Amino acid sequence: MPSPRYTREMPQRYRLEAGRCKKCGKIYFPPRIVCPRCKSKEFEKIKLADTGKIVTYTTIRVAPDRFAAQVPYSIAIVELNDNVRITTQVVDCKPEDITIGKTVKLVFRKIQEEGAAGIICYGYKAVLV
Amino acid sequence: MREVCVVGIGMTKFGELWTKSLRDIFVEAALKAIDDAQVSKIDSMYVGSMTPGLFVGQEHIGAFMADYLGVAPIPAMRIESACASGGFAFRQGFLDVASGMSDIVLVGGVEKMTDGADVTYALSTAADQEYEVYQGITFPGLYAMIANAYFHRYNATRKHLAMVAVKNHHNGTMNPSAQFPAEITIDDVLNATMVADPITVMDSSPVSDGAACVIITTVETAKKLKKPIIKVIGSGAATDTIALHQREDMLNLSAVHLAGESAYKMAGIKPEDVNFAEVHDCFTIAEICIIEELGFVAKGKGAEFTEKGETALTGKIPINPSGGLKSKGHPVGATGVAQVVEIVEQLRGTAGKRQIKNAKIGLTQNMGGSGASCVVHIFRTE
Repeated sequence: MPSPRYTREMPQRYRLEAGRCKKCGKIYFPPRIVCPRCKSKEFEKIKLADTGKIVTYTTIRVAPDRFAAQVPYSIAIVELNDNVRITTQVVDCKPEDITIGKTVKLVFRKIQEEGAAGIICYGYKAVLV
Repeated sequence: MREVCVVGIGMTKFGELWTKSLRDIFVEAALKAIDDAQVSKIDSMYVGSMTPGLFVGQEHIGAFMADYLGVAPIPAMRIESACASGGFAFRQGFLDVASGMSDIVLVGGVEKMTDGADVTYALSTAADQEYEVYQGITFPGLYAMIANAYFHRYNATRKHLAMVAVKNHHNGTMNPSAQFPAEITIDDVLNATMVADPITVMDSSPVSDGAACVIITTVETAKKLKKPIIKVIGSGAATDTIALHQREDMLNLSAVHLAGESAYKMAGIKPEDVNFAEVHDCFTIAEICIIEELGFVAKGKGAEFTEKGETALTGKIPINPSGGLKSKGHPVGATGVAQVVEIVEQLRGTAGKRQIKNAKIGLTQNMGGSGASCVVHIFRTE
């Protein structure tokens, strides 16, 4: 993808930077301009928790071109310890090792690359602990 | 607001239509609807389509279709809401007539998916690009996660998903427009190729080309045209978070619930007054969740309800008599309008072998992405 589009999301993908609404306390990842809950526009920058539990998951066996070489890979919705949920791959394990409720930790990994000559894109993935 | 009737319907066969282009299929469906309605003019038109740009490099298709249908210079625009594009196009057409702005409106939906684009990528644009798709999720994957969460909470299994596909295929055998009018068995689904566990190819609606169009107008014009009076008595729509992981409860398709509630309120009816419905079975699990959200069965009981045969043609509330997205096909933008075509066939009594007896009130439910948008319409024959 074009570099500015990638660079803009780096604080979230590299450092888990989120925004907490100053008025109602809800945390948004990625950060938002408006809080959908209380409509406030004032937020403070925080870092997300990096451990959580698996809420649900699946194993992808037919992927878009960009991820085809990784098939089969597992993806889950993880609820982090600060109650924020994210979608992330679950790696370094077999698909059958994953169950709802297991604890995971987020680690910094390569996510995808833009073809043979493009940029390499990084972010977070989950590992079972 | 004025009362609005559907007076003309038309659709192409859904399937791999190699010899027909995007414009060919839309014009074919539109001419059928115009011929069915016997109208000699149209005041405006709405074209529902998710992403003709990604599929065949063509945007601006409101104007494009008005041009190729030969009805320029009437106002025309494309309406987009991912897989709910057709349903939302219908809503806009309805508002155009109801408001008094136009008298006779053409609403169509179209998608040309088989010309070689990366379909998985194109469809993924309905999800959160930076926080879902970036990570490697696909649409089957999102619904697979919903299915696993549903199994975990409610005691349903892959067999229940298979029952939805089997029922819809059975209905599809009686629909001449269906892409896959063939009976299948539970084992066919359980043994099919896995796309994203537990969703198999046979749990997933296919990749299809197709178009569907309807002509809507006032009651007065419908009477002049000597058409059966089929009124739009309710229209409801709602949105939800785009990312599945940001939903309040990921097993609540609250946009479906709210759109339904809004439509029922406008129609002055309750879920139990609906005789049959066309719902968005993009994946088998979706139909189970949707019938719960629309109030046809209690939360968590959708799988059991399906197992008991209550959603079959002979059941308490037939769901997807057309064969649904699974058997009829899912040319994305066309689906919402094709659902209206089926309702009208049923209410007119022209649905042939799949005719539901005493069909008086029918409901269409069209949904975008993993449930971020939903539009519901209710129709009644007078």
